[in-house]
Amino acid sequence: MLAVGLDSGSFATKGMLAREGGQVLARAIRISSPSFEQAADEVLRAVLEDGGVQLESVGAVVATGYGRGNAAMATHRRTEIACHAMGVHHLVPGPHTVVDIGGQDLKVISVGPSGEVVDFSMNRKCAAGTGAFVEEIARRLGIGLDSMDGEASKAEEELALGSYCTVFASTELLKLLREGRSVRSIAKAAFRSVVKRIVEMGGLGRRIVLSGGVAAHNPIVAGLLAEETGADVEICPDAGYAGALGAAVYGLRHAKGDARGAIPAPSGPS
Amino acid sequence: MQPKDDGRRRRIASADRMKEIMARHFTDLDGAAAGGRKVAWCTSVGPAELLRAMDFEVYFPENHAAMIGAQKTAADFIPAANAMGYSPDICSYLTTDVGAFLRGQTPLTKAYGIASVPAPDVLVYNTNQCRDVQEWFSFYSRRFGVPLLGVTPPRSAGDVSPGMISDVAAQMKALVAPLESVSGSKFDLDRLRETLRLSLAATILWEEVLDLARNVPSPMTFFDSTIHMGPIVVLRGLESAVDYYAGLKTEIAARVRDGVAAVDGERTRLYWEGMPVWGRLRSLSDLFQGRGACVVASTYCNSWVFRAFDPSRPWESMAEAYTRIFISRDEEFKEEYIRRLTSEFSADGVVFHEAKTCPSNSNTRYGMPQRLRAAHGIPSVVINGDLNDLRCYSDEQTVTRIEAFLEQIESSGAGRPRVPGRAR
Repeated sequence: MLAVGLDSGSFATKGMLAREGGQVLARAIRISSPSFEQAADEVLRAVLEDGGVQLESVGAVVATGYGRGNAAMATHRRTEIACHAMGVHHLVPGPHTVVDIGGQDLKVISVGPSGEVVDFSMNRKCAAGTGAFVEEIARRLGIGLDSMDGEASKAEEELALGSYCTVFASTELLKLLREGRSVRSIAKAAFRSVVKRIVEMGGLGRRIVLSGGVAAHNPIVAGLLAEETGADVEICPDAGYAGALGAAVYGLRHAKGDARGAIPAPSGPS
Repeated sequence: MQPKDDGRRRRIASADRMKEIMARHFTDLDGAAAGGRKVAWCTSVGPAELLRAMDFEVYFPENHAAMIGAQKTAADFIPAANAMGYSPDICSYLTTDVGAFLRGQTPLTKAYGIASVPAPDVLVYNTNQCRDVQEWFSFYSRRFGVPLLGVTPPRSAGDVSPGMISDVAAQMKALVAPLESVSGSKFDLDRLRETLRLSLAATILWEEVLDLARNVPSPMTFFDSTIHMGPIVVLRGLESAVDYYAGLKTEIAARVRDGVAAVDGERTRLYWEGMPVWGRLRSLSDLFQGRGACVVASTYCNSWVFRAFDPSRPWESMAEAYTRIFISRDEEFKEEYIRRLTSEFSADGVVFHEAKTCPSNSNTRYGMPQRLRAAHGIPSVVINGDLNDLRCYSDEQTVTRIEAFLEQIESSGAGRPRVPGRAR
């Protein structure tokens, strides 16, 4: 039994081919823009080729993420809330709270012992606490996004970026630069700001697992969140692929006939 | 089996009758000045019965703003009101309506061939719902140079005390003299009693229509109700509203008798708390429908149920009816109300709409969803949006939240094919 999970995220489309038991056989990633449909198609073909299997031998293709409706070959759709919960649970068994910091949004998901969503909340429709915020700060600081974590970990002092609004935060940042504060300390303040937005959403338990690209590339977030909450915080292995893995795990279930909660794709191959 | 108008939504035939009586309402308003009749503008939960009993043609700006919202054109007008100092953060009904006025446009032109909204002879508000209506009507009072009258009941009331009722009743009585001077005719208590009798009859029928959604499967959805609530808002106190809801009740009751579901294969039943997103009624209706989910009840549509009306004690009962409404009550009352309706309509959960510009109708800001879950085990999802200002609304985020909530409910085993029958 084989299944593919496609996580069509706002920035990147990730895919995983998995077989029964959740063992991952292949993975692929492409930039989502400008064509979410093409990215999903390319990722699907890549994992099939890498895994050495034909589409006909795959029991289900489950699409998730904002572009889940654009994955033409999907047999089912599920939200990224359900898939991140299941993907993380597969790697770090629940119950726990999954905090998924994505490019455009922030999700706090209470996950039950079977990987099911017990409750969830999402940030309001602004960039606060998301990858877009971190990206904007990196741009303002004139450093690469990949350098943010390394710079922040060498911060000399604690600074605060207090604004919700990314534009306001940017003006705060300019003030700090004018005052001669270091790029390192400001980078850390940006991650501290992300963590404060997470804490404000509520619903965090004593055991937190981070998923999503921001945590995958910036492990400093885990340490800061542990500081703020006193909770056990870990970063999900393969944090950037958790959604795709969850989709694949659901795909294995669907292939066996258990499609509870799935959104049937209107134009799938089966 | 009744036809579906777009392959999904099942059409309610009474809608044709509603269009006729709503058209007559606006035509009557348009011809009021030429016919020597006076026009009063009234807030939607204001003392409409008093105005009708005093022979005013009654016009409701909130209804007008909602029409613009439903046509998705509010963003064309809101900036005009913003530019003259009305913040984007205040009621978007206000900014929509004032903006349309400033731009000299109205949806009544396209819908009914009416050039402009009927000019008021008097403006009468009731701040039971919010203070924004007072500011809204103040704008028009200055523009038209006509009297501004109103009542200011208590807000966030727990129990509604006899003292509160006598105070509000006195405020309503105090409207009579200035209204007489506008209308030029004498107030008649028996006319008020008769108007209240008709309002009560219509409101009971409206509640009975809404209550038919307790059946499994539900014969109608919240989205149907937002359309069919028009007459209870703008025509209550008139025979036409009573007749309309009697006909609608017969049609919906026949659906129940014949086992006709509003949502084929109804699996999940939900309660809607907060304002409609007027510009997204169709897409949200389709979203729920496509997932076998029926929004069976709402605070909003129940807000025009005024059981307290009593023609034998007109002032006190009007005061009571307009002070007991949900929006004027405290958190404890609201929590129990939502819990009770969720149970009575066998809803699996609650969709809270947090409207950016309507704090009064957004019951998410003082921990209500969390309390409902902790105390009563009622799951909920919050969508951020607005009644009219679609700049505050994200389709993508809303769809994801609702779909994830339905997944959550279905995974928990609550959403499931149901045994048809009468709900509790």
